[in-house]
Amino acid sequence: MSKQQNKEVALKNDGLSEEEKLYFSDARPRPYEPYSIKAVEDFANWARANSLWILAFGTGCCSIELRPLMTARFDISRFGVAGRPTPRQSSLFIIGGYVSVKTLKRIIRSYEQMQGPKFIIALGSCPANGGMYFDSYNTINQFDLYLPVDMYITGCMPRPEALLSSILELQEDIKAGNCDGANRYVNNLDWYKTNQKKVIKNWDMPDYNW
Amino acid sequence: MANELMNTMLNRLKTDFSVSDISERKPALTTLKVARENAERLIRELRDREGFTHLSFITCIDYIEDGIFTLVYMLHNHDRNDTLGVEVDISRDNAEMTSIHTLWAQAWTYQRELREMFGINFPGSPRLEEDFCLEGWDDIPPMRREFDTKKYSSEQFGHREGRHSEQPREHMKVTLYPTRGGDE
Amino acid sequence: MISEAFTEWLPKVGNFSLTLLIVTFYGLLVGAAIERIIAKVQGRIGIPYSQPFINIAKTFFKRTAVSHGIMFYLGPVFRIAGGIGTLAFIPVIYGSEMFSNFSMAGDLFLVIYFMFFGQLGMALGAGESGHPYSAIGIARGLSQMTAYEVPFALAVISIVIQYDTLSITEIVAAQQGGWQNWTVITNWVATLAAMLAFLGMTGYSPFDIFLAPQEIPIGPPTEFHSAYLSFLQLNRALFGATKLVLFMNLFFGGATGWPELMIKTFLIYMVAIVVGVAFPRFRVDQGIRFFFKIPTLIGIMSIVYVQMVLTS
Repeated sequence: MSKQQNKEVALKNDGLSEEEKLYFSDARPRPYEPYSIKAVEDFANWARANSLWILAFGTGCCSIELRPLMTARFDISRFGVAGRPTPRQSSLFIIGGYVSVKTLKRIIRSYEQMQGPKFIIALGSCPANGGMYFDSYNTINQFDLYLPVDMYITGCMPRPEALLSSILELQEDIKAGNCDGANRYVNNLDWYKTNQKKVIKNWDMPDYNW
Repeated sequence: MANELMNTMLNRLKTDFSVSDISERKPALTTLKVARENAERLIRELRDREGFTHLSFITCIDYIEDGIFTLVYMLHNHDRNDTLGVEVDISRDNAEMTSIHTLWAQAWTYQRELREMFGINFPGSPRLEEDFCLEGWDDIPPMRREFDTKKYSSEQFGHREGRHSEQPREHMKVTLYPTRGGDE
Repeated sequence: MISEAFTEWLPKVGNFSLTLLIVTFYGLLVGAAIERIIAKVQGRIGIPYSQPFINIAKTFFKRTAVSHGIMFYLGPVFRIAGGIGTLAFIPVIYGSEMFSNFSMAGDLFLVIYFMFFGQLGMALGAGESGHPYSAIGIARGLSQMTAYEVPFALAVISIVIQYDTLSITEIVAAQQGGWQNWTVITNWVATLAAMLAFLGMTGYSPFDIFLAPQEIPIGPPTEFHSAYLSFLQLNRALFGATKLVLFMNLFFGGATGWPELMIKTFLIYMVAIVVGVAFPRFRVDQGIRFFFKIPTLIGIMSIVYVQMVLTS
């Protein structure tokens, strides 16, 4: 879909009532281009890689692995990673563990409120292939049908060293300019929304949570 | 001493409420079965007169072969450190049971869960129609045994290609430690 | 007129920009140093020294931003205007023509006004964002600020009476000539009241409830992101360093050179940090009650002390 068409087709916001539609925007998000001067883009990528701020939202049981990381033994603050409680200010979303349908709605809501270059790490086997709960009526099996994932970490659950090494790898990827999950999401918004609305049956929020 | 108290109580209950199938599962855990009409009276009597003032949980076992749900009310006596499980059989079609939210306030949470997961109705229990765990659920109550959860999961959420599961025992015998040999 | 502008004001503005850069840089570096010290106390390695700079660069290079209206810009704009305005009227290095900024007679009260200015602008911006936690956070922050301004104002009145002037440059001049002339020795009551107020000013434990992540998601800056947030981060460093310079000028004898300024401000900040790491957070009502009791009493006593002891 070209950018021109993107600008004209507004979102439908079917899940909202008529009065609620006045409060929410129906503009379609647009992808962003990298900076035209390569040196600026490289510096920006270096800054983004060395200052990853995690959204403090533990979605499943793998997020218990995030707590030892903040302590003295594994010390993640020396890599510039810090936790932020609000999605507006964070750039890295770690999906830890199984994702139930109820949580998925909230994850989508938080992810769409994050700004700019944003990245997702899928921690554990459950977002990758369903993990231990592959036959459950309430947990999803493939997370990247719903949101774009930049890095998978397998394990049930992976040790903090695995998480540290994957953050280092993610930093290398960001510096090379390969992590454009946010643009992928915006460019294929219709496909992601179809997948999301198939599982989330009570969609009572706007189509894109600005 | 506790045993004697328990035995006298059980004998009285046998005559007054016609309980049956009294079985001592563990030294401090006994279960008994009671008919549906007498269940609420029995639980009230246990709470008011016999000291079983703590409701641990209400759960349900699905006997699809006999066509019944067995509701289990687990009551605990703090003075004697005894637990008593009251089992009530209700039919699987149009499952309904009197609500005990007037005896313990927390019972309505368990009753909401049973309504959502098994489809058992508790007339009068507050907030029964609201979603409890599953939002926007439109299939049959999922804990019923006729609900095929694997099929539902494959259809709704798909199946990741290349997913591979191992049986741990076979995997260890054949791949990890082949030279150990024998069934230990 | 135009030649006046070139010979008088332009060099001043140029020198002030240089001071601004140095003070902001120093503020960020002090923040990183304090974080590293706390990390070493906890047995960790801690953030690299360049981390605050990288954080600001990262938030500045965010590619998307959501604005909530015109007043939403007022949060960071007023905040950084307050920070720059406060620094503009404080003489940073005593005796140096280059680093005296725009200090003039009566600049002490102007500085105190500018300190309050930033927080009020933040209230407008945070309210416009529509986020309930921003509103709660800024209400708490403003109530605490009202509470700790009382002992600080009393201490300032006390030293104004003591030195008989409203100009910071003259207050620093009166403290030269050895450490016996510092306000902390001659008028220790006022210094005590002001240092207790300083604990509230830094926004550090035990008075950090209005922006503590476990209490309320960050408080006032909840909705600020991207370029808005980078301004707020810059201001945090700038304003912090400015307050330290002000305290150093009023109570600890001022500085005649940059190394002296850095050592003195670092030690003043360590006082707040040492208290902060030892104490848990106060609730808002506990904090306000604290400031209205002992520090206000000490502030009133400092005015009495000055009247009775020093000017008699």
